[in-house]
Amino acid sequence: MIDSSTKKITLYIIFISVGFIFLLRLFWLQVVDDTYVRFAQNNVLNEEVVYPARGLVYDRDGKLLVYNDAIYDLMVVPERLKKLDTAGFCEVLGITRDDFDKRFERIKKSKGYSKYRAVIFEKQLTIPVYAAFQEKLYDFTGFYVQTRTDRKYVYKSAAHVMGYIGEVTDKIIEQSKGYYRMGDYFGVNGIERSYENELRGTRGIKYVLVDVHNRAQGRYKNGLFDTASVAGLNVTTTLDHDLQEYGEKLIANKRGSIVAIEPSTGEILAIVSFPTYDPNLFIGRERGNNYMKLLRDPMKPLFNRPIAAPYPPGSIFKIIMSLVGQQEGVLNPNTTYGCARGASFGSVHVGCHPHPSPLPLRPGIAVSCNAYFCSVYRSVIDNRRYPTTEAAFDQWRKHVLSFGLGQRLGIDLPGEGPGNLPTSAYYSKIYGQGHWKASTTISLGIGQGELGITPLQMANVTAILANRGYYITPHIVKAIAGKKLNNPIFTEKHFTTVDTSYYGVVIDAMQDVVERGTATIARLKNIVVCGKTGTAQNPHGKDHSVFFAFAPRENPKIAIAVVIENAGFGATYAAPIASLMIEQYLTDTITRPWMEERLVNTDLIHQPATNETTTGKPAHTTH
Amino acid sequence: MRQQQENLHTQHIDWPTLLIYTIFVLAGWINIYAAVYEPEHSSIFDITQNYGKQMIWIGVSAFIALMIMLIDDKFFYAFSYMSYGIMIVLNIAVMFLSKEVKGAHAWFEIGSFRLQPAEFAKFATALTLARFMSHYDFSLKDKKHWYKVAGIILLPMGIILAQNDTGSALVYCSFVFVLYREGLPGWILFICLALGIISVLALVMNPATLIYILIGVGAIAVFLLRASKQGMIVVACVVLFCVGLVKGIDYLFYKLQPHQQQRVNVLLGKEVDLKGAGYNVHQSKIAIGSGGLLGKGFLEGTQTKFNFVPEQSTDFIFCTVGEEYGFLGSSVLIILFVVLFIRLIAIAERQRNRFNKIYGYCVASILFFHFTINIGMTIGVLPVIGIPLPFFSYGGSSLISFTILLFILLRLDASRVFQLRGSIY
Repeated sequence: MIDSSTKKITLYIIFISVGFIFLLRLFWLQVVDDTYVRFAQNNVLNEEVVYPARGLVYDRDGKLLVYNDAIYDLMVVPERLKKLDTAGFCEVLGITRDDFDKRFERIKKSKGYSKYRAVIFEKQLTIPVYAAFQEKLYDFTGFYVQTRTDRKYVYKSAAHVMGYIGEVTDKIIEQSKGYYRMGDYFGVNGIERSYENELRGTRGIKYVLVDVHNRAQGRYKNGLFDTASVAGLNVTTTLDHDLQEYGEKLIANKRGSIVAIEPSTGEILAIVSFPTYDPNLFIGRERGNNYMKLLRDPMKPLFNRPIAAPYPPGSIFKIIMSLVGQQEGVLNPNTTYGCARGASFGSVHVGCHPHPSPLPLRPGIAVSCNAYFCSVYRSVIDNRRYPTTEAAFDQWRKHVLSFGLGQRLGIDLPGEGPGNLPTSAYYSKIYGQGHWKASTTISLGIGQGELGITPLQMANVTAILANRGYYITPHIVKAIAGKKLNNPIFTEKHFTTVDTSYYGVVIDAMQDVVERGTATIARLKNIVVCGKTGTAQNPHGKDHSVFFAFAPRENPKIAIAVVIENAGFGATYAAPIASLMIEQYLTDTITRPWMEERLVNTDLIHQPATNETTTGKPAHTTH
Repeated sequence: MRQQQENLHTQHIDWPTLLIYTIFVLAGWINIYAAVYEPEHSSIFDITQNYGKQMIWIGVSAFIALMIMLIDDKFFYAFSYMSYGIMIVLNIAVMFLSKEVKGAHAWFEIGSFRLQPAEFAKFATALTLARFMSHYDFSLKDKKHWYKVAGIILLPMGIILAQNDTGSALVYCSFVFVLYREGLPGWILFICLALGIISVLALVMNPATLIYILIGVGAIAVFLLRASKQGMIVVACVVLFCVGLVKGIDYLFYKLQPHQQQRVNVLLGKEVDLKGAGYNVHQSKIAIGSGGLLGKGFLEGTQTKFNFVPEQSTDFIFCTVGEEYGFLGSSVLIILFVVLFIRLIAIAERQRNRFNKIYGYCVASILFFHFTINIGMTIGVLPVIGIPLPFFSYGGSSLISFTILLFILLRLDASRVFQLRGSIY
């Protein structure tokens, strides 16, 4: 029986040791080694990004301009791909096998690629494809559809202000220090860009439990680790949508800009650029293609003229000259200069049109006498108070700078240009120090030469006149999330270096311009409009038609600048457009439908302006 | 007298075994419920679901167990050869009368129920082996007896192999423990185990390294045993044989088709092909490993509930235990099984006749084999061989057959006091 009991014990030992080995193994698997916990989470936890809705955009009266629309992106987690019925998959998606392979290659090469991270396989599925896909999704393990929102623009207007959103580039991802991820959208232009941080909101993360077929099975720990997405803040712009749309209607088929500002606040009421485009071209699957088309368009519809294009201001600059001359003490309302169809300054002859002579300041502005303002310029620059021409020029330049010219005003839109205001150093470099005088740069006095002013700057100058001496940095956003924007940059008054007392005569003259001067076409019943025409010479073609004005004269509500390229006299196109805009804004009615009709139907792009406005124009004439 | 005898059955029934059996069956039912749980079929009594069906099988098993307890104990001895014959016939018949399910012809289909005769062949073989080996002049030293014993075991094994149900066929290897207990020399058992281990190692390890290790072990053996010349020759022969075995397995392995090689590698955990052949084991390990110390709780097991683990209510039922009840729950299960085995050996040892005793060892060995292969597979220490975990796994055939297997022993044990030592029949 010794043998027998040994055998019994042997069997006990075998049975017990197997149990013991299993216990050790289980202890290792379950308690010591935690890799399996991670594997398990990988199996069942799907990290879904919850994209916040971007903030909405309103006009100043609360009219909705931009909202969001649901779109469906097809995502793939490469690591989860199982045996895929590639042919069936391609068929549902409507792509070829080649496309399929290429996309995967592209995904694998992209920055920050990780096979565990979801990337977009197909952007913005169409609704039928989305529906077909939802049905078969369980067949395509590793793929899922992610809902997010895209922009929808209610109106076709204000494309340049609205801007657009686009997919982040590698560079943007890098700059954002990991905030953005591949496939994210961000504001590329317009307020979408300048208010990106406010509009974008905060991304949320939802942990979803999925089964072996990648079907969602519920929230992980009832959403304990989820973070909610926070919708972007709504932005209220300063735009008056009706005015904006009306401006676009008037300017249609004419290259140019309209900028209207509320002088007391610096709020931009309308900012029109033509040629323009439909902002809805920048949404949806065709975003990229449309962008390329617009980029290649010879009309340059993407160019934001009102804030970026510098024009010689022409005669409207005479207003600034009047103020600077008075401030410098070389000009007073009674100063008279003679003009015999122009005058000579050194070797330069400046032409003028026939008008009574000699004239004091106020009628000088009203008839827009070239000789008068060249004389004012000469007396400013050749002022004996200053030791050198350079010093006097610098003084002049300082005054002009205070009107916001030659610098970026700091509008809250991307792409603003500074215009051009030459320095004394610039002329010294060309002519040599001490070798140039007023007569050398005499055309600056009548807004020609090297001067370059953007329509925004012109409108800002108008606002200064309306305010009798100061401006508030023009801006496009009024309130964020319903709270009035309290940014000192957009409330601070920037006073010019010209004393307020000198504005009176200039404003009188501007009223004359409209009532009996060069811009009677802009006259309005019951509203006193103060304005000034300009006809800016353009070395590349026909003159630009320029007009700026504010109204009413007392307690002005609107300051407006209009530039129509290659359109001739300021009074021909720019002044009536400004006048209609003012009327529309202040009275909401149009009393001169014939004028509106004429402007709307004018096509200067396909049918350049006729010769009648250009014939008999003397050299160096501005009006 | 009859009344008295029946009272004695229940008096002498082995309560600890019955208790463990009851715990296992109920725990199995709950775990099947957790494994295939879906909110739309949330009632554990829903008979359209596996757990509802298992409830029916538990009822049937209880009824059968009761019947067995009421049958005269001599019946099983008398019935043994006949049951063996019936099972052989059924197992042959099933190959011709069944549709292929997962590559095997092993299932009779009766309506919506399926019956696996291979499961029932186990207790029939156990009874037959017990009866044959309990014969008064039986001796394993007798070659004729040897052949007959081998025949009794290998016949059903071969038939089941032919059904392409490798797992169920391998179960018959468990009888080696019975043979060992009944006179098979220890060294044969030792060689069997050693060959198994060396074969597995030959595939897992670099053959050259393994050969050096074997030679090293041989040298140490010679040194420790202070072997005589003869002993050294024996050790040398053993080492040489082992080296030959390693080389042979290595050679055969490279003769295999690449996909077969891969399959072997995966089974041995050498190559990790997580998406293909290694998927089952990997997912099974994830489920068990993610359970941690205390587990995720009832119905909280994400891996099993969301179907990451294949065959989770049948062969991989242990994953649910591991995931939802953690190391604590798994340990309780392992320990209870070991306690059951110890109890069964104790029961076998206390029998007064050889038939009962051999049958007892058969029951212990079969259950032990199932337990080892099944748990070993789910925790990734043994190849994937699909056999159920006794009493836990979903399936009417296996639950009923294990119940019959166990309760015949309990019945025999209950009336042991009335039996004389040795063979009385």
